Amino acid sequence: MTVRHRLRSWPVLRQLAERDLLGLGRSARSEHTQQLQGRTAAADRVVPSVCPYCAVGCGQLVYVKDEEITQIEGDPASPLSRGRLCPKGAATKELVTSELRETKVKYRRPHGTAWEELPLEQAMEMIADRVIKTRAETWEDRDAQGQALRRTMGIASLGGATWDNEENYLWRKLMVGLGIPQVENQARI
Amino acid sequence: MGSNMAECHPVAFQWVMEAKAKGARVIHVDPRFTRTSAMADVHVPIRAGSDIAFLGAVIRYILEEDRYFKEYVKAYTNAATIIDERFLDTEDLDGFFSGWNEQTKRYDPSTWQYAGGVVHAAAGERTAPQPTQNAKVVEGRAPQEDPTLLHPRCVFQLLRRHFARYTPEMVEEVCGVPQEKFVEVARTLCDNSGRERTGAVVYAVGWTQHTAGVQFIRAAAIIQLLLGNMGRTGGGIMALRGHANIQGATDIATLFDILPGYIPVPKAGETEDIIEFCRTHGAPGDYWGHMDAYFVSLLKSFWGDAATADNQFCFNYLHRLNGFHSTYHSTLGMIDGWVKGFFLIGENPAVGSSHGKLHRQALASLEWLVVRDLYEIESATFWYDSPEVAAGQLHPDQIATEVFFLPAAASTEKSGSFTNTQRLLQWHQQAVQPKDDSRSELWFAYQLGRIIREKLSASQEPRDRPILDLAWGYQVDPRTGEPNAEAVLQEINGFDGEGHLLSTYGALKADGSTSCGAWIYCGVYGDAVNRSARRKPHWDQNWVAPEWAWAWPLNRRMLYNRASADPEGRPWSERKRYVQWDEDQGKWTGFDVPDFMGNRRPDYRPPEGAQAEDAIAGDRPFIMQADGRGWLFVPTGLADGPLPTHFEPHESPLGNLLYEQVANPARLQFLRRDNPYNPAAGEPGSDKYPYVMTTYRLTEHHTAGGMSRFLSRLSQLQPEMFCEVSPELAQERHLSPGGWATILTSRGAIEARVLVTARMQPVRAGGRAIHQIGLPYHWGSRGRSRGDSANDAFPLALDPNVFIQESKAATCDIRPGRKQSGPPA
Repeated sequence: MTVRHRLRSWPVLRQLAERDLLGLGRSARSEHTQQLQGRTAAADRVVPSVCPYCAVGCGQLVYVKDEEITQIEGDPASPLSRGRLCPKGAATKELVTSELRETKVKYRRPHGTAWEELPLEQAMEMIADRVIKTRAETWEDRDAQGQALRRTMGIASLGGATWDNEENYLWRKLMVGLGIPQVENQARI
Repeated sequence: MGSNMAECHPVAFQWVMEAKAKGARVIHVDPRFTRTSAMADVHVPIRAGSDIAFLGAVIRYILEEDRYFKEYVKAYTNAATIIDERFLDTEDLDGFFSGWNEQTKRYDPSTWQYAGGVVHAAAGERTAPQPTQNAKVVEGRAPQEDPTLLHPRCVFQLLRRHFARYTPEMVEEVCGVPQEKFVEVARTLCDNSGRERTGAVVYAVGWTQHTAGVQFIRAAAIIQLLLGNMGRTGGGIMALRGHANIQGATDIATLFDILPGYIPVPKAGETEDIIEFCRTHGAPGDYWGHMDAYFVSLLKSFWGDAATADNQFCFNYLHRLNGFHSTYHSTLGMIDGWVKGFFLIGENPAVGSSHGKLHRQALASLEWLVVRDLYEIESATFWYDSPEVAAGQLHPDQIATEVFFLPAAASTEKSGSFTNTQRLLQWHQQAVQPKDDSRSELWFAYQLGRIIREKLSASQEPRDRPILDLAWGYQVDPRTGEPNAEAVLQEINGFDGEGHLLSTYGALKADGSTSCGAWIYCGVYGDAVNRSARRKPHWDQNWVAPEWAWAWPLNRRMLYNRASADPEGRPWSERKRYVQWDEDQGKWTGFDVPDFMGNRRPDYRPPEGAQAEDAIAGDRPFIMQADGRGWLFVPTGLADGPLPTHFEPHESPLGNLLYEQVANPARLQFLRRDNPYNPAAGEPGSDKYPYVMTTYRLTEHHTAGGMSRFLSRLSQLQPEMFCEVSPELAQERHLSPGGWATILTSRGAIEARVLVTARMQPVRAGGRAIHQIGLPYHWGSRGRSRGDSANDAFPLALDPNVFIQESKAATCDIRPGRKQSGPPA
């Protein structure tokens, strides 16, 4: 690097030379910042997605590097959102990568005062046992008039608006198979 | 109205701003002045819950000023149809329609029917009354009409009479809106309607969360039909929904009263014959005439080879209903001990539902509870972290509920489709694997079903046949155990007898040769392509963008778009051209997929005895309605009347200035000790709760907070619970800005920081100033940002059609300072 070049890189001189008296223009750049790249540029792949918050359905692009999500941005190609996201949509990366997210099964026994650990497979077995038991104990074949009911009112389910269509379908199919009529979602609020 | 679009659906609001830049006038009617109001040409502050008085007055204005779109109304609505002579209006019965049963608190709608005929509803309560001797089921056309619209019992004249007293003076008295302001709004709507111009109505939960919520929307539908704004560009009624897939969850359907594709769940005592069931529920003269094909195909998707013609395609494997089984009914069932197990998957009723204490009490009454979520929300911690535990009313060791918390996978960790608020199915692709025990709901549903089926495999119990016969042979990823979401979407789309994916619900059959998990979604996988995953940039296609994702049904972007052309099939105007009849090609053409039979000539008239779509005349655009017309008057399908009527909210500081009957008589109330209501206006003790409170949402938080309060940036932007009050109310109750206030109701007390703002204005109604308090409802005891839940202040009272809670208007008191510690009174 020549002396002349080094002199010219001195910020005060650059500010003067480029008439950038407030130092808010190009003269604020350094060699280091010139070389910086957005997280999006270094991604291994970009995955098309949809915002999980409200029902406008803004397009999202999920940037992945080393199997971790590094950035989520609005998709400019979407005719609904044209690349924009609201504060919630723009926070999706934190929603899915936050350290506060629960990733382990937690179990609280009756009258318990603290959570306990439980392997996922065991939790599934225990839940299945409870469904079978409660269903058998509360099964209603017919009403007082002898009309068919074929159901259990001892079990209920709530949720659905945050899941995919495929998940809603499969869950409803399972609930119908078990004879559980009380399946509901956020449509009541 | 009923929406703060700029703050709650900001990205969609860009289109409103773009329309405004092109000259559209934006009117915002809302109790609060919000950013939407700031962007609007006109803001009209209104008393919460008085919307039908306002909208009814718009209807009256349109009729009395002769501003309705005459050709459209005569051809496309049931204005000319004559109604049963036994029908009596709320004007005759002081707030009731004919058919009210005081014992059951329900209506018998048989006197609301068309004279000399019976029509079915396209939604809601569908079973039409049995035709009387002289009446037959209407197919394609109404039996008695008066095209001059002068017959005293024709819908047009009934409408006129029903709304005759909804004058601008009445609007001022009931809604607190000055007459001039009301007339300005009504005139603007009329000026923007007709052949050349259209107007749109946008609403959100500000309309639905009322005990007459469905009728609020009905009132808007009447306005839009009278002004010729349905099925046309720039028109319509837009519901802005709050969750990514609330539309899909309704369509597909995790609701007690409907099966996927809006097929009704059978009731106890109804026929055990599927074909007869479909005849009773589906109108023979429209697309519901094929309910048998839709239903049999659904049952084939559920039970596969086990569903045969010999066993009614397993129709009698289905459970039967015998009452209202909404989530609020189940909640009370938990407290009363008959609901013992509960799956709570991605919802947070401890914060999001009215009367939160009731919901937490319900959770604490269960034998077992499964919560699946991304974060440890209040509905998972009720047993150790809740207002009741904090107040010492409950101790963890007293609560017997066994709780399983299972971590869920996020949208970026699984593939699947969301249906947005415009019926657009959009596919999101998995980006990364979920961590540790996190799994998708698809995994949970499949694996739970697999384990239960294995455990029951030796059972000889008849009740276990449906679960054991279920078609459950899903391929799973050997590494993760996850079923393939695209295979499930294909099952929803449906197959023909040869195993080919179907492209249209028109191909569905009632003989068991086709399968389809939701007939309205048939075609999403047409030509073996996942059309919900299409992402052709908007700059590479026309402005309707038909190649971005896929809209149900059949990729139609605007419903009933046949109405964008006149009865002869010509565009109403060049400016509003959308879909039209092309005589040379002998078919309907346009920017969108025509929402009509593609080659049905406008002059087609159905022959006697025609069935299903063959019974729809070429000039009847509303192909899901029994008579092909837009219903100004709803002869069947609604629980609370054929015409919208102004009623006060369940809790209101005022009586009803229009009728003796104060609140919607058909609303669902729960009169029990644990659900106290504040005294109604005029009753002893009503002066204890002189103010109106209303809930709302903020841009930075999401519904009950489970997806926003745990996030650092969103919590920094909106860090704590507050209440918005007017300077007048602050003075009256000595509330200081930034200080604490306590909101009191018979449900208890909640506290909030005080935000004194001129955005809240007292409205003058019923001869006095009514103060309204705004409460964001996102907070609870968990997350990075914490506070009291607004919903804890509201009672449980529901709309009778759709069981939605009334949380947009109730009464309260407000006092300076924090709530008292210890058990609330």
